[in-house]
Amino acid sequence: MKAFKSLDGLVCPLDRANVDTDAIIPKQFLKSIKRSGFGPYLFDEWRYADVGEPDMDCSKRPLKKDFVLNQLRYKGAQILLARDNFGCGSSREHAAWAIEDYGFRVVIAPSFADIFFNNCYKNGVLPIVASGEIVDQLFRECAAQKGYRLRVDLETQTVRNPAGEWFQFDITPHRKHCLLEGLDEIGLTLKHADEIRAFEERHKAAQPWLFA
Amino acid sequence: MSGKTLYDKLWESHLVREEEDGTCLLYIDRHLMHEVTSPQAFEGLRLAARRAWRPDSVVATPDHNTPTDHWDDPDGGLRDPISRQQVETLDANIREFGALVYFPFKHQNQGILHVVGPETGATLPGMTVVCGDSHTSTHGAFGALAFGIGTSEVEHVLATQTLVGKRSRRMLIRVNGKVGPGVTAKDIALAIIGRIGTAGGTGYAVEFGGEAIRALSMEGRMTLCNMTIEGGARAGLVAPDEKTFAYLKGRRFAPQGANWDKAVAWWKTLKSDADARFDKVVDIDAAGIEPQVTWGTSPEQVLPVGSRVPDPAREADPVKRNSIERALAYMGLAAGTRIEDIRIDKVFIGSCTNARIEDLRAAARFVKGRRKADSVKLALVVPGSGQVKRQAEAEGLDRIFLDAGFEWREPGCSMCLAMNADRLEPGERCASTSNRNFEGRQGAGGRTHLVSPEMAAAAAIAGHFVDIRKQGKPGA
Repeated sequence: MKAFKSLDGLVCPLDRANVDTDAIIPKQFLKSIKRSGFGPYLFDEWRYADVGEPDMDCSKRPLKKDFVLNQLRYKGAQILLARDNFGCGSSREHAAWAIEDYGFRVVIAPSFADIFFNNCYKNGVLPIVASGEIVDQLFRECAAQKGYRLRVDLETQTVRNPAGEWFQFDITPHRKHCLLEGLDEIGLTLKHADEIRAFEERHKAAQPWLFA
Repeated sequence: MSGKTLYDKLWESHLVREEEDGTCLLYIDRHLMHEVTSPQAFEGLRLAARRAWRPDSVVATPDHNTPTDHWDDPDGGLRDPISRQQVETLDANIREFGALVYFPFKHQNQGILHVVGPETGATLPGMTVVCGDSHTSTHGAFGALAFGIGTSEVEHVLATQTLVGKRSRRMLIRVNGKVGPGVTAKDIALAIIGRIGTAGGTGYAVEFGGEAIRALSMEGRMTLCNMTIEGGARAGLVAPDEKTFAYLKGRRFAPQGANWDKAVAWWKTLKSDADARFDKVVDIDAAGIEPQVTWGTSPEQVLPVGSRVPDPAREADPVKRNSIERALAYMGLAAGTRIEDIRIDKVFIGSCTNARIEDLRAAARFVKGRRKADSVKLALVVPGSGQVKRQAEAEGLDRIFLDAGFEWREPGCSMCLAMNADRLEPGERCASTSNRNFEGRQGAGGRTHLVSPEMAAAAAIAGHFVDIRKQGKPGA
C-alpha cells in the first residue's frame, strides 16, 4: 500500500449528500478482475453523456460539462470535498480503487459510510471526518477561490486552508501507523499467527460444530 | 456493572487480541464468497505466496453476473465474455484454494449467497460471518455477527482468518406491538430507515427487538437484517429463539446429534442481558407502520403508500432540499403526486432481500387468478436459489406466476443490481422488492421504487401502486 504522510492538494467539491458507491463506480465496471484502471470510470454516469462500458476509451466520450470533475478549474484535484454519508451502499472496494486511481488521496466529509471508510485506508486514501460547519466553510471557500488548495498533514492530524486556519481530525493510532508507513496489514496480522492458532484451538474445543 | 448486549457477547467470543487503542483482531468463522469481490483478493494471496488459512470456512457461489434464462443453451446464457471470465475465475480460485462447499454456475443449489448460506445451515447463531458484500447483514437474523467487507479485507480473512477492527456502538431498535394486516418485514425495514435515515446506523451494530420482531418468521428476520445496511449499520442482529432452532435443525451444515443439543444450549445464551446498556434506543410502534413505497433515490426517501410525493419547497434544510429536487428530477416525478397514481413499466420480485420461499408465496397469493396489467412490460420473478425454485415449483407457484403473464427465471441477483442482462432501460420505472433505489442501480437511467413482494405483485396487476390493504382478500 502507498504510504500517506502529507499533501498540499487542489480541492474538488462534490456538493451532494448520500453519494453511494453505485454512483462512484457503476456495476458494469465491477466485472474486471483487476485492482487498477477504474479512475477513468469514476462517477461514470454523472461524468459522461453516454452509457459507459468496460474497456471504453474515455478520452473520446461525450462529457457532461457541468459535472465538477469535468471543470477545468478542478483538473488535477487530489482532495475531494463531499457531504454526509459519502460512500454508502455496496461494499465494492472498486469505489476506493476508482477514487485512488483517479488521483484523489484525501476525501473530506461530515460523515462516511462504514465499509467505504475502511476500504479507503486499505488503499492509501485518507478519509477525513470534519464537522458540518467546517465542511460548509470549505465548500464556500472552494466556490469563491479558483485554485483553492488545502494542506493535509497526517503526522499532526491537521488540515490547513490558504488563510492559515486549521482543524484537527481523528484517526486511530493503528490506522495512522499503517498509513504513514504504507504497511501491509496482512503481514502485521501474521506476526500474531500463534495467537490466532491458540484462539482457534480454544474456539474449536468450545464449539466443535463451527469446524465441521 | 451493567450486563452485556448480544453484540458484546458475539464480539468477545471471537476476540483474539486487543491493542491499547481498542483495535481488535476478530476471529472469523464463516467466509462467504461470490465472483465479483473475490478475484483481486485471491490474486493478492498468490502474489504474496500466501495460502488460505482455513478453506473449510468458505462457502462460495457465483450470483451477481449469472444469467437467469437460457441455461439450456451451450453457453448457459452467460454471453458477456467479461462476466464469464469473472465466473470462471471464481471456479479456478476455489479449485486452487479450496472451500467447505462451492455451488458453481448452474449447480442445482446455486443462488444468491445470502439465501444459500442460511438454507444450507452454513449460517449459525453465535458465528462471525463476513463476505465482500454489504448485504451480509442478512445473516444477523440468526444471531450471528455478520457484516460486509471490502476486497482487501476478503484477502485478509483468507490469509489470517481474522479481521482488524474496533467495536461498534450498540443500538437497540424495538418494534413494539403487532403490525397490521398487509404489513411485512420489508415495510418494517423501510419504515425504520425512513425514521433513522440512511446514515442513522453509521458506526452502530443494531439489535432488533420487540414483539413485532419476535413475531417475524426467519425469512422476515432475514429481510429486516438484510436492509440494516441501508440504514447505515453494517450489522443487524436478532437474538436466536425456538424459531431459529426449528429453521436450522436438520440442515446440511447444522450440528447433528449430541453437538446439536450442546449448540442449542449455547445459542440460548445469545441474547442481550436484561440490564445491558445500549448507546442508543429507538422505539417504534408496529401498529403505526403502513405498507411503504420509496419515491426517491435513497432508501430513506420512503413514505406510506397512501401519501403524496414531497414538495422540496417545504424543506428548510438546503442540502435536503437539493436532494429532494435532484431525486424528483431523476425519478421523473412532480411534487405532490399521489403514490398510488405512479404507473410502472416493470416489476422485479427477487434479490437477497425478498427472494425466499415465503416471499414468493406472499406474492403468488396476490397474483393467483389475475393477470398483469398490459402496460407492465415485464414482471420478473427470480427465486433466490435453486432450492427455493424447486420448492416453489413443487407448490405450483411458478404456474401461478406464468399464468398471470409473469416470467419465471433461474436464481441469481439479477435486476437488483443489473450486472447480468436483466435491467431497466433509461427512464423505465420499476416496482422492485430489492434493497437499493440508487440512481442507475437497476440499469443506467432506470427508476426504482422499493416495496414488499405483496406490494410489487399488486402493482404488477394494477399497473400502478396500490394499497394492498384495500385489495380485499388476496387470492379470492
